[in-house]
Amino acid sequence: MIPVCPTTALPPGEATRVEADEPIAVFNVDGEFYAIDDTCTHQDASLADGWLDGCTVECPLHASCFDLRTGKVSGPPAKTPVRTHQVVVQDGMVYVQAGTTADGIA
Amino acid sequence: MSSTIAVVGASLAGLSAARALRDQSYDGRIVVIGDEVHAPYDRPPLSKEFLAGTASPEDIALGAPDDEDLGLEWRLQTTAVGLDHLSRTVLLHDGTEVRADGVVLATGARARRLPGSEGLDGVHVLRSLDDAIALREDLAAAGRLVVIGAGFIGAEVAATARKLGLEVTVVETQPVPLAGPLGADMGAVCAGLHADHGTRLLTGTGVARLLGTGRVEAVELTDGTRLPADVVVVGIGATPNIEWLAHSGVALGNGVLTDARGATNTPGVVAVGDCAAAWSATAERHVRIEHWTNALEQPATAVATLLGAGGPVPTPVPYFWSDQYGARIQFAGSRREGDVARVVEGSCDDRSFLVVYERDGQPVAVLGMNQPRLFTRWRRQLRAAVPTAS
Repeated sequence: MIPVCPTTALPPGEATRVEADEPIAVFNVDGEFYAIDDTCTHQDASLADGWLDGCTVECPLHASCFDLRTGKVSGPPAKTPVRTHQVVVQDGMVYVQAGTTADGIA
Repeated sequence: MSSTIAVVGASLAGLSAARALRDQSYDGRIVVIGDEVHAPYDRPPLSKEFLAGTASPEDIALGAPDDEDLGLEWRLQTTAVGLDHLSRTVLLHDGTEVRADGVVLATGARARRLPGSEGLDGVHVLRSLDDAIALREDLAAAGRLVVIGAGFIGAEVAATARKLGLEVTVVETQPVPLAGPLGADMGAVCAGLHADHGTRLLTGTGVARLLGTGRVEAVELTDGTRLPADVVVVGIGATPNIEWLAHSGVALGNGVLTDARGATNTPGVVAVGDCAAAWSATAERHVRIEHWTNALEQPATAVATLLGAGGPVPTPVPYFWSDQYGARIQFAGSRREGDVARVVEGSCDDRSFLVVYERDGQPVAVLGMNQPRLFTRWRRQLRAAVPTAS
Protein backbone atom coordinates (compact mmCIF):
# COMPACT_ATOMS: atom_id res chain seq x y z
CA MET A 1 0.00 0.00 0.00
CA ILE A 2 1.17 3.50 -0.76
CA PRO A 3 0.89 5.97 2.13
CA VAL A 4 -0.80 9.16 0.97
CA CYS A 5 -1.10 11.52 3.96
CA PRO A 6 -2.81 11.85 7.33
CA THR A 7 -6.58 12.21 6.96
CA THR A 8 -6.29 15.67 8.52
CA ALA A 9 -4.08 16.78 5.63
CA LEU A 10 -6.80 16.01 3.08
CA PRO A 11 -9.96 17.82 4.19
CA PRO A 12 -13.30 17.46 2.35
CA GLY A 13 -13.24 18.96 -1.13
CA GLU A 14 -9.48 18.56 -1.44
CA ALA A 15 -7.33 16.33 -3.62
CA THR A 16 -3.72 15.25 -3.68
CA ARG A 17 -1.47 13.43 -6.10
CA VAL A 18 0.69 10.45 -5.18
CA GLU A 19 3.48 9.09 -7.30
CA ALA A 20 3.14 5.47 -8.38
CA ASP A 21 3.92 3.69 -11.64
CA GLU A 22 1.11 5.82 -12.93
CA PRO A 23 0.38 8.84 -10.69
CA ILE A 24 -2.79 8.51 -8.62
CA ALA A 25 -5.16 11.26 -7.50
CA VAL A 26 -6.83 10.88 -4.10
CA PHE A 27 -9.96 12.88 -3.23
CA ASN A 28 -11.92 13.54 -0.07
CA VAL A 29 -15.65 13.84 -0.81
CA ASP A 30 -17.40 14.77 2.44
CA GLY A 31 -15.25 12.37 4.42
CA GLU A 32 -15.22 9.55 1.85
CA PHE A 33 -11.90 8.97 0.10
CA TYR A 34 -11.60 8.01 -3.56
CA ALA A 35 -8.57 7.28 -5.74
CA ILE A 36 -8.32 7.31 -9.53
CA ASP A 37 -5.55 7.59 -12.11
CA ASP A 38 -4.29 11.15 -11.96
CA THR A 39 -3.71 11.68 -15.66
CA CYS A 40 -6.75 12.60 -17.74
CA THR A 41 -7.38 10.06 -20.50
CA HIS A 42 -8.06 12.86 -22.98
CA GLN A 43 -4.85 14.89 -22.88
CA ASP A 44 -2.06 15.39 -20.43
CA ALA A 45 -3.46 17.07 -17.32
CA SER A 46 -3.52 16.21 -13.62
CA LEU A 47 -6.99 15.41 -12.30
CA ALA A 48 -5.82 16.20 -8.76
CA ASP A 49 -5.68 19.79 -10.01
CA GLY A 50 -9.28 19.52 -11.20
CA TRP A 51 -12.53 20.77 -9.76
CA LEU A 52 -14.39 18.50 -7.38
CA ASP A 53 -18.17 18.60 -7.49
CA GLY A 54 -19.79 15.83 -5.48
CA CYS A 55 -18.38 12.55 -6.76
CA THR A 56 -17.33 14.14 -10.04
CA VAL A 57 -13.97 15.60 -10.88
CA GLU A 58 -13.65 18.01 -13.78
CA CYS A 59 -10.33 18.05 -15.62
CA PRO A 60 -8.57 21.41 -15.22
CA LEU A 61 -7.67 21.59 -18.90
CA HIS A 62 -10.70 20.63 -21.00
CA ALA A 63 -13.40 19.98 -18.42
CA SER A 64 -13.77 16.25 -19.07
CA CYS A 65 -15.66 14.80 -16.11
CA PHE A 66 -15.04 11.50 -14.36
CA ASP A 67 -17.07 9.70 -11.71
CA LEU A 68 -14.72 9.05 -8.79
CA ARG A 69 -16.65 5.93 -7.78
CA THR A 70 -16.43 4.16 -11.13
CA GLY A 71 -13.81 6.05 -13.12
CA LYS A 72 -16.33 6.40 -15.92
CA VAL A 73 -16.48 9.44 -18.15
CA SER A 74 -19.44 11.59 -17.14
CA GLY A 75 -18.66 14.48 -19.47
CA PRO A 76 -16.73 14.88 -22.76
CA PRO A 77 -14.24 15.27 -24.38
CA ALA A 78 -12.60 12.25 -22.67
CA LYS A 79 -13.66 8.94 -24.22
CA THR A 80 -12.00 6.34 -22.01
CA PRO A 81 -12.47 5.86 -18.26
CA VAL A 82 -9.74 6.25 -15.66
CA ARG A 83 -8.85 3.33 -13.39
CA THR A 84 -10.04 3.49 -9.81
CA HIS A 85 -7.92 2.35 -6.88
CA GLN A 86 -8.84 1.12 -3.45
CA VAL A 87 -8.37 3.54 -0.57
CA VAL A 88 -7.69 2.32 2.97
CA VAL A 89 -7.83 4.54 6.05
CA GLN A 90 -5.87 3.18 8.99
CA ASP A 91 -4.92 4.91 12.24
CA GLY A 92 -5.62 8.34 10.78
CA MET A 93 -3.58 7.69 7.63
CA VAL A 94 -4.82 7.45 4.05
CA TYR A 95 -3.32 4.69 1.88
CA VAL A 96 -4.00 3.60 -1.69
CA GLN A 97 -3.71 0.12 -3.04
CA ALA A 98 -2.48 0.83 -6.57
CA GLY A 99 -3.74 -1.47 -9.29
CA THR A 100 -6.89 -2.52 -7.50
CA THR A 101 -10.30 -1.20 -8.34
CA ALA A 102 -12.28 0.54 -5.65
CA ASP A 103 -14.42 -2.54 -5.16
CA GLY A 104 -11.33 -4.68 -4.64
CA ILE A 105 -11.18 -6.34 -8.06
CA ALA A 106 -7.78 -6.03 -9.68
CA MET B 1 -42.62 10.95 -41.89
CA SER B 2 -40.09 11.68 -39.18
CA SER B 3 -38.35 15.02 -39.16
CA THR B 4 -34.79 15.79 -40.24
CA ILE B 5 -32.19 18.11 -38.78
CA ALA B 6 -29.16 18.96 -40.89
CA VAL B 7 -25.94 19.82 -39.10
CA VAL B 8 -23.64 21.62 -41.51
CA GLY B 9 -20.09 21.23 -40.25
CA ALA B 10 -18.49 18.07 -38.84
CA SER B 11 -15.97 19.35 -36.34
CA LEU B 12 -16.29 19.91 -32.59
CA ALA B 13 -19.29 22.26 -32.80
CA GLY B 14 -21.17 20.08 -35.30
CA LEU B 15 -20.54 16.86 -33.41
CA SER B 16 -21.48 18.55 -30.13
CA ALA B 17 -24.71 19.74 -31.73
CA ALA B 18 -25.55 16.23 -32.92
CA ARG B 19 -24.85 14.82 -29.47
CA ALA B 20 -26.91 17.57 -27.85
CA LEU B 21 -29.86 16.82 -30.14
CA ARG B 22 -29.96 13.20 -28.93
CA ASP B 23 -29.26 14.28 -25.39
CA GLN B 24 -32.33 16.52 -25.61
CA SER B 25 -34.44 13.61 -26.85
CA TYR B 26 -34.63 14.49 -30.51
CA ASP B 27 -35.34 11.15 -32.20
CA GLY B 28 -35.63 12.21 -35.84
CA ARG B 29 -33.05 11.92 -38.58
CA ILE B 30 -29.76 13.80 -38.13
CA VAL B 31 -27.59 14.41 -41.19
CA VAL B 32 -24.09 15.71 -40.49
CA ILE B 33 -22.43 17.34 -43.49
CA GLY B 34 -18.67 17.93 -43.48
CA ASP B 35 -16.33 19.02 -46.27
CA GLU B 36 -13.27 17.15 -44.98
CA VAL B 37 -12.56 13.51 -45.70
CA HIS B 38 -11.87 12.83 -42.02
CA ALA B 39 -14.37 12.00 -39.31
CA PRO B 40 -14.45 14.69 -36.58
CA TYR B 41 -11.10 15.25 -34.89
CA ASP B 42 -9.69 17.52 -32.25
CA ARG B 43 -7.82 20.52 -33.65
CA PRO B 44 -5.79 21.81 -30.67
CA PRO B 45 -3.24 18.94 -30.81
CA LEU B 46 -2.50 19.73 -34.47
CA SER B 47 0.01 22.43 -33.49
CA LYS B 48 1.36 20.43 -30.56
CA GLU B 49 1.35 16.65 -30.06
CA PHE B 50 0.27 15.79 -33.58
CA LEU B 51 2.83 18.12 -35.18
CA ALA B 52 5.52 16.74 -32.86
CA GLY B 53 4.63 13.23 -33.98
CA THR B 54 3.57 12.01 -30.54
CA ALA B 55 -0.15 11.79 -31.33
CA SER B 56 -1.72 9.85 -34.20
CA PRO B 57 -4.94 10.63 -36.09
CA GLU B 58 -6.61 7.94 -33.95
CA ASP B 59 -5.44 9.71 -30.79
CA ILE B 60 -7.12 12.94 -31.80
CA ALA B 61 -10.36 11.47 -33.15
CA LEU B 62 -13.33 13.12 -31.43
CA GLY B 63 -15.74 10.26 -31.90
CA ALA B 64 -16.46 8.18 -28.79
CA PRO B 65 -17.72 4.58 -28.73
CA ASP B 66 -21.11 5.83 -27.51
CA ASP B 67 -21.48 7.97 -30.64
CA GLU B 68 -22.40 4.79 -32.56
CA ASP B 69 -25.71 4.91 -30.73
CA LEU B 70 -26.48 8.42 -31.96
CA GLY B 71 -27.58 7.06 -35.32
CA LEU B 72 -26.06 9.91 -37.30
CA GLU B 73 -26.12 10.00 -41.07
CA TRP B 74 -22.70 11.22 -42.17
CA ARG B 75 -22.11 13.12 -45.40
CA LEU B 76 -18.36 13.66 -45.30
CA GLN B 77 -16.31 15.06 -48.21
CA THR B 78 -19.40 17.06 -48.97
CA THR B 79 -19.41 20.84 -49.17
CA ALA B 80 -22.54 22.84 -48.51
CA VAL B 81 -22.83 25.52 -51.18
CA GLY B 82 -26.15 27.12 -50.38
CA LEU B 83 -29.19 27.23 -48.14
CA ASP B 84 -32.77 27.81 -49.22
CA HIS B 85 -34.21 29.34 -46.08
CA LEU B 86 -37.84 28.95 -47.08
CA SER B 87 -37.67 25.20 -47.49
CA ARG B 88 -34.67 24.83 -45.17
CA THR B 89 -32.85 22.91 -47.85
CA VAL B 90 -29.08 22.61 -47.78
CA LEU B 91 -27.60 22.55 -51.27
CA LEU B 92 -24.48 20.43 -51.73
CA HIS B 93 -21.55 20.74 -54.12
CA ASP B 94 -22.46 17.54 -55.96
CA GLY B 95 -25.86 18.90 -56.90
CA THR B 96 -27.76 16.91 -54.30
CA GLU B 97 -29.58 18.51 -51.39
CA VAL B 98 -30.73 17.79 -47.87
CA ARG B 99 -34.20 19.05 -47.05
CA ALA B 100 -34.52 19.57 -43.30
CA ASP B 101 -36.91 20.78 -40.66
CA GLY B 102 -34.08 22.37 -38.72
CA VAL B 103 -30.55 23.41 -39.64
CA VAL B 104 -27.51 23.85 -37.40
CA LEU B 105 -24.82 25.99 -39.02
CA ALA B 106 -21.41 24.88 -37.74
CA THR B 107 -19.09 25.48 -40.68
CA GLY B 108 -16.28 26.92 -38.58
CA ALA B 109 -13.54 29.19 -39.81
CA ARG B 110 -10.53 28.89 -42.08
CA ALA B 111 -6.99 30.15 -41.67
CA ARG B 112 -6.22 33.47 -43.27
CA ARG B 113 -3.54 33.26 -45.92
CA LEU B 114 -0.86 35.72 -46.82
CA PRO B 115 -1.71 37.46 -50.09
CA GLY B 116 0.86 36.53 -52.69
CA SER B 117 1.79 33.21 -51.08
CA GLU B 118 -0.35 31.15 -53.44
CA GLY B 119 1.49 28.50 -55.39
CA LEU B 120 4.70 28.79 -53.36
CA ASP B 121 5.77 25.47 -51.83
CA GLY B 122 6.86 25.45 -48.22
CA VAL B 123 4.29 28.05 -47.14
CA HIS B 124 1.73 26.64 -44.74
CA VAL B 125 -1.28 27.54 -42.68
CA LEU B 126 -2.47 25.26 -39.88
CA ARG B 127 -6.12 24.59 -39.40
CA SER B 128 -6.96 21.10 -40.64
CA LEU B 129 -5.53 17.64 -40.16
CA ASP B 130 -4.32 17.69 -43.77
CA ASP B 131 -2.59 21.04 -43.10
CA ALA B 132 -0.83 19.46 -40.12
CA ILE B 133 0.24 16.37 -42.06
CA ALA B 134 1.70 18.53 -44.83
CA LEU B 135 3.49 20.81 -42.36
CA ARG B 136 4.87 17.89 -40.39
CA GLU B 137 6.34 16.38 -43.54
CA ASP B 138 7.89 19.67 -44.54
CA LEU B 139 9.35 20.37 -41.09
CA ALA B 140 11.02 16.95 -41.05
CA ALA B 141 13.25 17.99 -43.94
CA ALA B 142 13.75 21.62 -42.93
CA GLY B 143 16.36 23.52 -40.94
CA ARG B 144 14.93 27.03 -40.75
CA LEU B 145 11.34 27.97 -39.98
CA VAL B 146 9.86 31.45 -40.10
CA VAL B 147 6.49 31.85 -38.38
CA ILE B 148 4.45 34.87 -39.42
CA GLY B 149 2.23 35.94 -36.53
CA ALA B 150 3.02 35.47 -32.82
CA GLY B 151 -0.51 34.56 -31.76
CA PHE B 152 -1.25 31.28 -30.03
CA ILE B 153 -1.08 29.09 -33.15
CA GLY B 154 2.16 30.72 -34.27
CA ALA B 155 3.69 30.40 -30.82
CA GLU B 156 2.69 26.75 -30.51
CA VAL B 157 4.08 25.88 -33.93
CA ALA B 158 7.31 27.71 -33.05
CA ALA B 159 7.57 25.78 -29.79
CA THR B 160 6.96 22.43 -31.47
CA ALA B 161 9.47 23.20 -34.23
CA ARG B 162 12.12 24.15 -31.65
CA LYS B 163 11.52 20.81 -29.98
CA LEU B 164 12.06 19.17 -33.36
CA GLY B 165 15.42 20.94 -33.58
CA LEU B 166 14.66 23.67 -36.09
CA GLU B 167 16.01 27.19 -36.06
CA VAL B 168 12.91 29.32 -35.57
CA THR B 169 12.14 33.01 -36.10
CA VAL B 170 8.74 34.47 -35.26
CA VAL B 171 7.67 37.73 -36.91
CA GLU B 172 4.90 39.86 -35.43
CA THR B 173 3.56 43.17 -36.73
CA GLN B 174 2.34 44.32 -33.32
CA PRO B 175 4.91 45.73 -30.87
CA VAL B 176 3.84 43.14 -28.28
CA PRO B 177 2.43 39.70 -29.12
CA LEU B 178 -0.90 38.66 -27.58
CA ALA B 179 -1.55 42.18 -26.32
CA GLY B 180 -5.15 41.90 -27.56
CA PRO B 181 -6.25 38.98 -25.41
CA LEU B 182 -3.78 39.34 -22.51
CA GLY B 183 -2.79 43.01 -22.39
CA ALA B 184 0.67 44.32 -23.21
CA ASP B 185 2.31 43.42 -19.89
CA MET B 186 1.18 39.81 -19.82
CA GLY B 187 1.54 39.45 -23.58
CA ALA B 188 5.20 40.35 -23.14
CA VAL B 189 5.59 37.82 -20.33
CA CYS B 190 4.10 35.00 -22.42
CA ALA B 191 6.14 36.03 -25.47
CA GLY B 192 9.21 35.79 -23.25
CA LEU B 193 8.92 32.02 -23.58
CA HIS B 194 10.32 32.33 -27.10
CA ALA B 195 13.62 33.80 -25.93
CA ASP B 196 13.77 31.30 -23.04
CA HIS B 197 13.84 28.51 -25.58
CA GLY B 198 16.05 29.95 -28.27
CA THR B 199 13.39 31.19 -30.67
CA ARG B 200 14.07 34.57 -32.23
CA LEU B 201 11.11 36.94 -31.93
CA LEU B 202 10.94 40.04 -34.13
CA THR B 203 8.12 42.43 -33.19
CA GLY B 204 6.76 45.61 -34.70
CA THR B 205 7.71 44.53 -38.17
CA GLY B 206 5.55 43.50 -41.09
CA VAL B 207 6.17 41.10 -43.92
CA ALA B 208 6.80 42.75 -47.28
CA ARG B 209 6.87 39.60 -49.39
CA LEU B 210 7.92 36.02 -49.68
CA LEU B 211 10.90 35.25 -51.89
CA GLY B 212 11.56 32.11 -53.89
CA THR B 213 10.84 30.43 -57.16
CA GLY B 214 8.53 27.46 -56.89
CA ARG B 215 9.52 27.05 -53.27
CA VAL B 216 9.91 29.67 -50.57
CA GLU B 217 13.49 30.69 -49.83
CA ALA B 218 13.17 33.74 -47.62
CA VAL B 219 10.80 36.17 -45.98
CA GLU B 220 11.43 39.84 -46.66
CA LEU B 221 10.33 42.19 -43.91
CA THR B 222 9.06 45.74 -44.37
CA ASP B 223 12.38 47.09 -43.06
CA GLY B 224 14.20 45.20 -45.80
CA THR B 225 15.54 42.39 -43.63
CA ARG B 226 15.63 39.02 -45.36
CA LEU B 227 15.06 35.95 -43.24
CA PRO B 228 16.13 32.74 -44.98
CA ALA B 229 13.45 30.08 -44.61
CA ASP B 230 12.97 26.46 -45.65
CA VAL B 231 9.42 26.54 -44.33
CA VAL B 232 7.05 29.41 -43.54
CA VAL B 233 3.97 29.10 -41.36
CA VAL B 234 1.36 31.84 -41.57
CA GLY B 235 -0.64 32.24 -38.36
CA ILE B 236 -2.54 35.48 -38.81
CA GLY B 237 -6.02 34.55 -37.71
CA ALA B 238 -9.11 32.98 -39.18
CA THR B 239 -12.11 33.93 -41.29
CA PRO B 240 -15.59 32.46 -40.70
CA ASN B 241 -16.88 30.11 -43.40
CA ILE B 242 -20.07 31.95 -44.22
CA GLU B 243 -19.76 32.91 -47.90
CA TRP B 244 -21.94 29.95 -48.87
CA LEU B 245 -24.82 31.63 -47.01
CA ALA B 246 -24.51 34.92 -48.92
CA HIS B 247 -27.85 34.58 -50.71
CA SER B 248 -29.64 32.51 -48.10
CA GLY B 249 -31.37 35.35 -46.29
CA VAL B 250 -29.54 34.42 -43.08
CA ALA B 251 -28.17 37.61 -41.51
CA LEU B 252 -24.38 37.77 -41.66
CA GLY B 253 -21.75 40.02 -40.15
CA ASN B 254 -18.41 38.86 -38.84
CA GLY B 255 -20.01 35.43 -38.74
CA VAL B 256 -23.60 34.20 -38.77
CA LEU B 257 -25.46 36.64 -36.53
CA THR B 258 -27.45 34.99 -33.76
CA ASP B 259 -29.15 36.00 -30.55
CA ALA B 260 -27.73 34.87 -27.22
CA ARG B 261 -29.47 31.51 -27.63
CA GLY B 262 -28.06 30.72 -31.06
CA ALA B 263 -31.13 31.65 -33.15
CA THR B 264 -30.48 33.31 -36.50
CA ASN B 265 -32.95 35.67 -38.15
CA THR B 266 -34.27 32.64 -40.03
CA PRO B 267 -36.78 30.36 -38.27
CA GLY B 268 -35.48 26.83 -37.81
CA VAL B 269 -31.84 27.81 -38.39
CA VAL B 270 -29.31 28.16 -35.57
CA ALA B 271 -25.56 28.71 -35.66
CA VAL B 272 -22.76 27.55 -33.36
CA GLY B 273 -19.01 27.54 -32.97
CA ASP B 274 -16.40 29.51 -34.89
CA CYS B 275 -18.79 30.56 -37.66
CA ALA B 276 -21.33 32.12 -35.29
CA ALA B 277 -21.35 35.64 -33.89
CA ALA B 278 -23.71 35.48 -30.94
CA TRP B 279 -25.22 38.47 -29.22
CA SER B 280 -23.48 39.20 -25.95
CA ALA B 281 -25.44 41.24 -23.43
CA THR B 282 -22.28 42.08 -21.49
CA ALA B 283 -20.35 43.24 -24.55
CA GLU B 284 -23.49 44.76 -26.11
CA ARG B 285 -22.55 43.48 -29.53
CA HIS B 286 -22.27 40.26 -31.52
CA VAL B 287 -19.16 38.35 -30.52
CA ARG B 288 -17.60 35.57 -32.55
CA ILE B 289 -15.57 33.30 -30.29
CA GLU B 290 -13.05 30.88 -31.79
CA HIS B 291 -12.35 28.98 -28.59
CA TRP B 292 -12.55 25.23 -28.37
CA THR B 293 -14.64 25.34 -25.19
CA ASN B 294 -17.21 27.53 -26.91
CA ALA B 295 -17.57 25.00 -29.74
CA LEU B 296 -18.04 22.28 -27.14
CA GLU B 297 -20.58 24.03 -24.92
CA GLN B 298 -22.53 26.45 -27.10
CA PRO B 299 -24.39 23.84 -29.20
CA ALA B 300 -26.47 22.59 -26.24
CA THR B 301 -28.16 25.99 -25.98
CA ALA B 302 -28.60 26.43 -29.73
CA VAL B 303 -30.06 22.97 -30.10
CA ALA B 304 -32.53 23.67 -27.26
CA THR B 305 -33.54 26.79 -29.18
CA LEU B 306 -34.01 24.76 -32.35
CA LEU B 307 -36.17 22.24 -30.50
CA GLY B 308 -38.29 25.04 -29.06
CA ALA B 309 -37.16 24.70 -25.47
CA GLY B 310 -36.71 27.76 -23.27
CA GLY B 311 -34.51 28.06 -20.25
CA PRO B 312 -32.05 30.65 -19.06
CA VAL B 313 -29.58 32.24 -21.42
CA PRO B 314 -26.15 31.05 -20.47
CA THR B 315 -23.49 33.69 -19.97
CA PRO B 316 -20.39 31.58 -20.36
CA VAL B 317 -17.01 32.75 -19.20
CA PRO B 318 -14.74 32.47 -22.25
CA TYR B 319 -11.85 30.09 -21.67
CA PHE B 320 -8.82 29.12 -23.71
CA TRP B 321 -5.47 27.54 -23.13
CA SER B 322 -2.17 27.22 -24.93
CA ASP B 323 0.72 24.82 -24.43
CA GLN B 324 4.09 26.20 -25.52
CA TYR B 325 7.60 25.05 -24.67
CA GLY B 326 6.24 22.86 -21.89
CA ALA B 327 4.42 25.80 -20.28
CA ARG B 328 0.66 25.65 -19.83
CA ILE B 329 -1.06 29.00 -20.31
CA GLN B 330 -4.74 29.28 -19.35
CA PHE B 331 -7.02 32.28 -19.61
CA ALA B 332 -10.65 32.80 -18.61
CA GLY B 333 -12.91 35.81 -18.63
CA SER B 334 -13.10 38.99 -20.66
CA ARG B 335 -10.29 41.50 -20.48
CA ARG B 336 -10.63 45.09 -21.64
CA GLU B 337 -8.13 47.87 -22.06
CA GLY B 338 -7.75 49.55 -18.70
CA ASP B 339 -8.25 46.43 -16.57
CA VAL B 340 -5.54 46.09 -13.96
CA ALA B 341 -3.48 42.90 -13.96
CA ARG B 342 -2.31 41.80 -10.52
CA VAL B 343 -0.06 38.83 -9.77
CA VAL B 344 -1.72 36.91 -6.95
CA GLU B 345 0.52 33.84 -6.93
CA GLY B 346 4.02 32.97 -8.11
CA SER B 347 6.10 35.22 -10.30
CA CYS B 348 6.32 36.01 -13.99
CA ASP B 349 10.09 35.49 -13.95
CA ASP B 350 9.61 31.93 -12.73
CA ARG B 351 7.09 31.24 -15.52
CA SER B 352 4.68 30.04 -12.85
CA PHE B 353 2.06 32.55 -11.82
CA LEU B 354 -1.56 33.47 -11.55
CA VAL B 355 -2.69 36.91 -12.62
CA VAL B 356 -6.13 38.35 -11.92
CA TYR B 357 -7.46 41.19 -14.07
CA GLU B 358 -9.61 43.62 -12.15
CA ARG B 359 -12.07 46.27 -13.23
CA ASP B 360 -13.38 48.63 -10.57
CA GLY B 361 -11.86 46.29 -8.00
CA GLN B 362 -13.79 43.26 -9.29
CA PRO B 363 -12.08 40.26 -10.91
CA VAL B 364 -13.11 39.97 -14.58
CA ALA B 365 -10.47 37.64 -15.99
CA VAL B 366 -7.71 35.34 -14.88
CA LEU B 367 -4.48 34.18 -16.51
CA GLY B 368 -2.38 31.30 -15.29
CA MET B 369 0.95 29.93 -16.39
CA ASN B 370 1.73 26.48 -14.97
CA GLN B 371 -0.88 26.99 -12.23
CA PRO B 372 -3.73 24.66 -13.27
CA ARG B 373 -5.15 24.03 -9.83
CA LEU B 374 -5.33 27.63 -8.72
CA PHE B 375 -6.48 28.67 -12.18
CA THR B 376 -9.40 26.23 -12.04
CA ARG B 377 -10.54 27.72 -8.75
CA TRP B 378 -10.45 31.24 -10.12
CA ARG B 379 -12.18 30.20 -13.31
CA ARG B 380 -14.95 28.66 -11.23
CA GLN B 381 -15.22 31.79 -9.16
CA LEU B 382 -15.59 33.89 -12.31
CA ARG B 383 -18.29 31.56 -13.58
CA ALA B 384 -20.19 31.87 -10.32
CA ALA B 385 -19.83 35.66 -10.35
CA VAL B 386 -21.36 36.16 -13.79
CA PRO B 387 -25.10 36.76 -13.45
CA THR B 388 -27.39 34.66 -15.62
CA ALA B 389 -29.70 36.79 -17.72
CA SER B 390 -33.24 35.54 -17.98
